[in-house]
Amino acid sequence: MTYDIAIIGAGIVGAACAASLSREGMSVALIEAKGIATGTTAAGMGHIVVMDDSEAQFALSDLSQKLWNEMATRLPTDCEYEHCGTIWVAADEQEMAEVRRKHAFYSARGLTSEVLDEKALHDAEPNLREGLAGGLLVTGDSVVYQLKATSYLIEDAKPAKVISGRKVTNVASDGVWLETNEKIRAKYIVNAAGIGAASLSPELKIIKRKGHLVITDRYPGFVSHQLIELGYLKSAHGKDSDSVAFNAQPRSTGQILLGSSRQFGIDDAGVDRELLRRMTSRAFEYMPRLRELSAVRTWTGFRPATPDNLPYIGRIGDSNVFAAAGHEGLGITTSLGTAELITDEILGRDSRIDRTPYSPNREVAAH
Amino acid sequence: MSGTTITTDILIIGGGPAGMAAAVAASESGRRVTIVDDNPRLGGQIWRAELGKNGSPDANKLLAALAERRIDLINNAQIFGTDRDRSLLAETGAGTITLGYNKLIVATGARERFLAFPGWTLPGVFGAGGLQALVKGGFDVSGKRILVAGTGPLLLVVAEYLRSKGAQIAAIVEQAPVSKIIRFGLGLWNAPAKLAQGLELRSRLAGIPYPKGSWIKSVRKTGEMLTAAISKGGRERQFECEYVACGFHLVPNIELPSLLGCSIVQGFVSVDEYQRSSIPTILAAGEPTGIGGVEAALIEGKIAGFASTDETRKAEALFAKRDRTSRFAESLKATFALRNELLTLAEAETFVCRCEDVTFGVLKDFNSWREAKLQTRCGMGPCQGRVCGAACEFLFKWHVDSVRPPIFPVKLENL
Repeated sequence: MTYDIAIIGAGIVGAACAASLSREGMSVALIEAKGIATGTTAAGMGHIVVMDDSEAQFALSDLSQKLWNEMATRLPTDCEYEHCGTIWVAADEQEMAEVRRKHAFYSARGLTSEVLDEKALHDAEPNLREGLAGGLLVTGDSVVYQLKATSYLIEDAKPAKVISGRKVTNVASDGVWLETNEKIRAKYIVNAAGIGAASLSPELKIIKRKGHLVITDRYPGFVSHQLIELGYLKSAHGKDSDSVAFNAQPRSTGQILLGSSRQFGIDDAGVDRELLRRMTSRAFEYMPRLRELSAVRTWTGFRPATPDNLPYIGRIGDSNVFAAAGHEGLGITTSLGTAELITDEILGRDSRIDRTPYSPNREVAAH
Repeated sequence: MSGTTITTDILIIGGGPAGMAAAVAASESGRRVTIVDDNPRLGGQIWRAELGKNGSPDANKLLAALAERRIDLINNAQIFGTDRDRSLLAETGAGTITLGYNKLIVATGARERFLAFPGWTLPGVFGAGGLQALVKGGFDVSGKRILVAGTGPLLLVVAEYLRSKGAQIAAIVEQAPVSKIIRFGLGLWNAPAKLAQGLELRSRLAGIPYPKGSWIKSVRKTGEMLTAAISKGGRERQFECEYVACGFHLVPNIELPSLLGCSIVQGFVSVDEYQRSSIPTILAAGEPTGIGGVEAALIEGKIAGFASTDETRKAEALFAKRDRTSRFAESLKATFALRNELLTLAEAETFVCRCEDVTFGVLKDFNSWREAKLQTRCGMGPCQGRVCGAACEFLFKWHVDSVRPPIFPVKLENL
């Protein structure tokens, strides 16, 4: 048979596309090389966050957050969707200027945020060290257990077929070839293969950006909001060197998920202890009492990064292949927006936001 | 001490029988030998409490030899990860130490296997070895009525120990069928020492019911007491008791060799006749290579100790003896293999992972350990799957793998 759509990759982006396209009545085959949500989706933090580093990034993350909030009412409780908000933590006056800039940016676009002074920050997060200048509380941000959410999206989609454990080796104009030499025929193909997307669609430029995370035992109430240092913006986007930043997430289990690190040019998935210690040391600078908490697990993952920090969403050239890949560290948030844009484009509809910045055919300046 | 680096020639992880025997053998070469143990005292689970006082002659002989050979001991140190090539990280009371080695001997022993049945997480239901360790540590069981259930020779050892501390043993419930136990007993004619030990143990437990082919189905709380339901010959019998001590044989501690990348075959570290793993600098002895008890651990430890210091002839001289203990390990395995009825004990709401409160009903629909882990957090709590992993392996035939550092929870600052 010929499916309407073959989606390559059952991470959260592929799952969201499956759900969105199925809802429009299309028959979908979802094909996953390893297991459902076992790649970058499994390795990440599950932070639903509106970003402001470019208008295009804002538009996609804002649209996506609205879609998450709509879906939240239907999400089963085990998806642990929590409106904890994000606090962008400012260490000094220079970073407070960034707080005010962000506040103005969000306010101008109708998003609620609140400037916290030193005392308000301390009241909101008593385990942060004294003497931090303040922060920006973005109240609409959330966290989610992204693995359960991916499963929910697939259950919701009821795709015509889920093929798990078989790798796609080749993309043709009328379908995809599996490693077993079977052909799955489809009118359209959505390449949502994450860090593997470029090997199937060489037009895409996707670079692996390695990250480390640590999770603690349960300490309910130790952290209440997703906390990100504003130095993040300075350090995390450095292209050449390894960087670390303080990023703490409260899980509904009471566990604390601690990040973050960014490294290019590394294929080895092993935990780099030196970098891990740099990362935790950075966290101790903000939250000294973290030192005493018990760490139960560390792991790494690879973010599918693009040269201009924007994902590839849309038709590749004039082929039947659509890209939904290259979301770097924002794939959990932007999965839902991506799915909406892909669905609109396949159905020939306009979208709520301008799709052109994400086009895989854009000129991407190499940094 | 944080940040300290200790470099040794032969590094031995685990100060139980295998580790102690390995240390003494390795020290014959005159090389620097270091034992690291997570406990304040040597001896491992089996010897620790009695070592030095009224311990077994084997244990005391080794202890004396260790003292004489000036082997370095690092106690209260928990190995949690690896650093660069040929070095391990250990958390101590004073921070993290790095341990460099030329050869590593893994002698990390085993832990009890728990199975999920209704009531296994109730207060008063213990692991058999766990309860024994508690009593050795001062927990009072005198006058308490205790049901001992599960499988394997450990049940008799624990029952006798608890009895000697004043407990009243309601019964020793053994799931292996009587036919297999008899065959096992006959096999012991080849190992008269073990047979004598067994007979002596049995005589001291005379008068205590020891049903075979019988297993625990559930435990529930009735007032101050526990009521255990036991299946015997298709019928159910109830036992009232204060405590239940359960042991379904042992699971090897292979997290460290797994993390180091040693080849693991059917749940055990794969070793050659010199006790060398797939990584030439790493050897393993005792339970991690196959559940064989003290005698196997001692002989394997000795071989590993000699092999690690290139004393191949001395190692080879012990092969025949080791082969006999291996046969014993094989017959243990065959005799006390878990019966299929135990697969049916868990009910939908029975917890399998007690760290993350994941029930049998939730787990049964998954296809693999990894999938179940990611979707339910089963095995992702502080015990890191040490308890539920073995239960899942049995219940669902999952291949339980993917060890991630740290292999024990560790303070963030020590990571």
